[in-house]
Amino acid sequence: MTDHKEFVQIRHAQKSFGALEVLKDISLTVERGQIVAIIGPSGSGKSTLLRAINDLDPLTGGEVWLDGVQVNRSLPFRQYEKHINQMRQDIGMVFQHFNLFPHMTARENVTMAPKMLKGLSKDEADALAREQLDKVGMLERIDYYPSQLSGGQKQRVAIARALAMKPKLMLFDEATSALDPELVDEVNQVMKKLAEEHMTMIIVTHEMDFAASVCDRVLFMDQGVVVEEGPPEVVFKSPEKERTRAFLRKHLEGAR
Amino acid sequence: MDFDLIVRVYPFFIDAAGVTILLSALTALLGLACGALGAAARLSRFALARFVGATYVSVFRGTPALIQLFILYFGGPQIGIELDAFEAGVIGLGINAGAYMTETIRGAIISIDKGQKEAARTLGLSRWQAMYKIILPQAARLMVRPLGVNLNMLIKATALVAAISVVELTYTAQRYIGSTYKPFEMFLLAGILYMIIIYATGRAVAWLDRRVQIT
Ligand SMILES: Nc1ncnc2c1ncn2[C@@H]1O[C@H](COP(=O)(O)OP(=O)(O)OP(=O)(O)O)[C@@H](O)[C@H]1O
Ligand SMILES: [Mg+2]
Repeated sequence: MTDHKEFVQIRHAQKSFGALEVLKDISLTVERGQIVAIIGPSGSGKSTLLRAINDLDPLTGGEVWLDGVQVNRSLPFRQYEKHINQMRQDIGMVFQHFNLFPHMTARENVTMAPKMLKGLSKDEADALAREQLDKVGMLERIDYYPSQLSGGQKQRVAIARALAMKPKLMLFDEATSALDPELVDEVNQVMKKLAEEHMTMIIVTHEMDFAASVCDRVLFMDQGVVVEEGPPEVVFKSPEKERTRAFLRKHLEGAR
Repeated sequence: MDFDLIVRVYPFFIDAAGVTILLSALTALLGLACGALGAAARLSRFALARFVGATYVSVFRGTPALIQLFILYFGGPQIGIELDAFEAGVIGLGINAGAYMTETIRGAIISIDKGQKEAARTLGLSRWQAMYKIILPQAARLMVRPLGVNLNMLIKATALVAAISVVELTYTAQRYIGSTYKPFEMFLLAGILYMIIIYATGRAVAWLDRRVQIT
């Protein structure tokens, strides 16, 4: 581990789906331990940007770097697959709809990848599952199947699953948007805990209060560009750009 | 209705039913193998493989199974394929069933939410690892019922091989009609035995389907 100040770096990211240009020359740097929130209207490209970081949605231009290694290197197919599978082990991702594996218990969801990719023994995997599920407050449900869990519980297991790979970076794509309001907080608490442990995180969210309370920096995106970027106090309280103000105004009204 | 006759010939029909069952089982196994390969081809990242898979499906679903059997059994020797009737029956019907099973298997695989694959790949699993550890176990559960439908059709399709003189149920019925002139009894007996085979298979499929469901 080197101490790159630019732990995560996105350089001139460009992404088109056919004729539709979704990301237009976006650059972003995240330092180790930093927490960055990405906000913006629906369709502005937040998910696409996040998913470009672990190459789920490959960029059509630009570079993504993590800890001194380029994620989206251009390599022949087989080599690239090997490279990206390795890189992805270091990048945890949490999805809006959890995407837990329904045919596996919480324990199996958490241990599947470490067993398969890191060759953990049964005992090691078991200890890992307990540790990670305990961290998200799901130890009592270790042998439950996803269908037996509430949305908030599912999401906490999904976070434990990502953490079990000991990632250097965690990506959250609207981790609480699919949850009933009363379940949002339990997931937010887990994310706060990660923040306290200085996990580097990039969080796409619609929850301005939560973003303001955990993140070091906020990025406001609209139509594929970063309109405004800065500490939450500034972006939320006294944004410079009219588009940011309009978005926040609308969003606050919507929340009421 | 000549019950004496039925009682007299019925042991021979039981033997013939055994042939039908064996034929069905072998056909189903070959069909599954072809179906798995076909589905893999249709889902391949290589365009050529996808083309081959799609062609296989449209050719074998787009022509009568009987014609396929005739081409294999009667036409085969002309191009150097010498098969006895039973072999031709298994191979012909198996390849035909495989075309249907290709679509069944492919359908189950593509119906798995793409978030599953994404979650697996995000953890660092390769395409193949994600497929066999995450997608296939879920898709397999969805396949049981529709493969049961394929199996049902396949058992009924084994009657076609009577036309290339495999001594199974339908052929046996025809043969006894030749000597007894009692088509009603003979076909009825064959029909009942088919129904028993199909009913038992259907129950087995339903049982398997219940067993594999996720909690
Ligand atoms: N696979 C795809 N094919 C074509 N267009 C896509 C694809 N994925 C996203 N888009 C388009 O790209 C644009 C940005 O989508 P994206 O999901 O990144 O937005 P978002 O900011 O995350 O929105 P939301 O807040 O609704 O999640 C949208 O116009 C969307 O329709
Ligand atoms: Mg989104």
